Amino acid sequence: MTTVDVLAEGRGEFLKVDPDGFREWVREHKDRALIPKLMSDKEAVEKFVSDGDYLLYECNYLQRGPSSLIREVIRQKKKDLWLGAKFTWVTAALLVGGGCVSKLDVGFFLFGPTVEQAIREGRVTAYEYSNVVMTNRIMAGAMGLPFIPVRSFGGTDNFAHSGAKLINDPYTGEPITIVPALNPDVALIHVHQADVFGNARIFGTGISHQEAAMASKKVIISTEEIIETDEIRRDPARTTIPYYVVDAVVHVPFGAYPGEMQGRYASDVPHVIEIVASTLRGLIPQYLEKYVYGVSSHQEMLDKLVGAHKLKEIVGRATIKEGYTA
Amino acid sequence: MSEKASYFNEREHQICVVARMVEDARTYWVAGGGSPMAAILLGKKLYSPNAIYVTEDGVIAPEPALPFDPLMTMVTSRSSYRALQWGTMNTVGFHAQIGLMDYGILNTLQVDPYGNINSTALGDYEGEHRRFGGPGGADSIASLCWRTILMTDQQARKFVPRVDFISSPGFLDGSEGARERAGLPRSTGPWRVATPWAVFDYQDRHLRLTGVSPFVTVDQVLAEMSFKPKLADEIETLETPTEDELALLRTELDQRGQITDVGRWVAMAEDGSFAFVEQEKGGDPSLPGSW
Repeated sequence: MTTVDVLAEGRGEFLKVDPDGFREWVREHKDRALIPKLMSDKEAVEKFVSDGDYLLYECNYLQRGPSSLIREVIRQKKKDLWLGAKFTWVTAALLVGGGCVSKLDVGFFLFGPTVEQAIREGRVTAYEYSNVVMTNRIMAGAMGLPFIPVRSFGGTDNFAHSGAKLINDPYTGEPITIVPALNPDVALIHVHQADVFGNARIFGTGISHQEAAMASKKVIISTEEIIETDEIRRDPARTTIPYYVVDAVVHVPFGAYPGEMQGRYASDVPHVIEIVASTLRGLIPQYLEKYVYGVSSHQEMLDKLVGAHKLKEIVGRATIKEGYTA
Repeated sequence: MSEKASYFNEREHQICVVARMVEDARTYWVAGGGSPMAAILLGKKLYSPNAIYVTEDGVIAPEPALPFDPLMTMVTSRSSYRALQWGTMNTVGFHAQIGLMDYGILNTLQVDPYGNINSTALGDYEGEHRRFGGPGGADSIASLCWRTILMTDQQARKFVPRVDFISSPGFLDGSEGARERAGLPRSTGPWRVATPWAVFDYQDRHLRLTGVSPFVTVDQVLAEMSFKPKLADEIETLETPTEDELALLRTELDQRGQITDVGRWVAMAEDGSFAFVEQEKGGDPSLPGSW
């Protein structure tokens, strides 16, 4: 009989791994019927993001991410969230600055005083992974598995501060790192097109949107455009995410603002510089005051703080269309 | 090769040195911005057009729209333009994990004699430290590509006997087989380190100085290291940038001077020697320093 020895293990807390529990959740909560899920961003966040949730967002605040939903989470003052902070850029600072976060699984974030102080003062605990180890964990969650072996990560100090283990692979006899699967409570995903049932299309690259949609208990899709289901059925190969993993569909034109939405609008460069500088200089409270708390909704932010002229300008700069039209 | 430039930024020089390392018909997993991205694009444009690169947002072999914006280099229509495939982070990670990526190009905060990389924390992680953003894609690049090229600055605080935190693995403790014992793929690891002042390789998994820039001496390089590297029998003098390289870099790859904003400037004297000169700070004044 081959026995599997644990050669080393990280001491970081990790989200409880429970594939059967996740299956039961899916059995009970994911509608098999095609039912309309269209709602406002306010309603979707009220209904599906709870204090204490493990929150995943695909891409980030500046790169085709669910930026309007992230602002709404902060506006609703959600608390005690555990962030899957892979490929996260300024997003971690925004959510930490909004007082929404107690734990971070780090892949990468743009550092700065907001997150640094929160960690130093013990308001936020960081666990250390890498971007790809995080997306591998999400993939394992999407596959319904308890863990996944990875050929990276071994020997690092991240390992010690994570949920990883080094074991003897019972097949090759060689050492192999395994990391716990991740089934987040909620995922926020911004897409180019979706129907009201949640069949969604992303055109262009991404991080782990398909895996995140499958792995998460609750999935909120925000979309630039609502399209007919007949349109989906005409070209099913372009469906990135199928309806039955989706819980809410929110129609949010310019939902990735201030980031770029490939093929539709460019990023707002001065705004990007403003938020990056705010992150590096610890001015996140001022940023949130202006763009999140100072307005009641995404639409009000666009109307009052961005303006039609700016929106026209960023649409005009999205000159590359190849690959981004159905 | 075109005429040697008489005036350049030390970071431009570093990018040109790495660009000339780029090998044709090889695959590169490149950190999604800054000097590594500028180096692969410059190398492809001028010397190795069939070199292929991927980025961690799933872009396979793009022909990006220029001029390039080093501010936003992933999940954009310009950076992913005319790619052969748009995948995801898992796509690229698995391509590297099956052995498809010949080289990785990275930059970092801190490196040690064994090529271990720190991008997480300076100081005592468990106690007083300054927090940084974590490994991002670098851990996978350093683990899974066959060879890794690291770009960093020549500063004593960056070349340390032991990194404060291993975010991405080099040769770990430097012993033979250490990477394999940690579960990493065999025959992988650090290959070159390039700074504005010097180039290093590895001998028996230990950093070795092989070349210095003509505007500094070997002693100056060693003074900016907190440990003594091995020394090659002959230390080569690194080639400085050409006018063609700089023209491409300045007009198409780093228009706003974001990459070179903290680099020092170097001028050629009439006798052909090079020396640092004082210069007004370059870069976009609206951006924070050392973006």
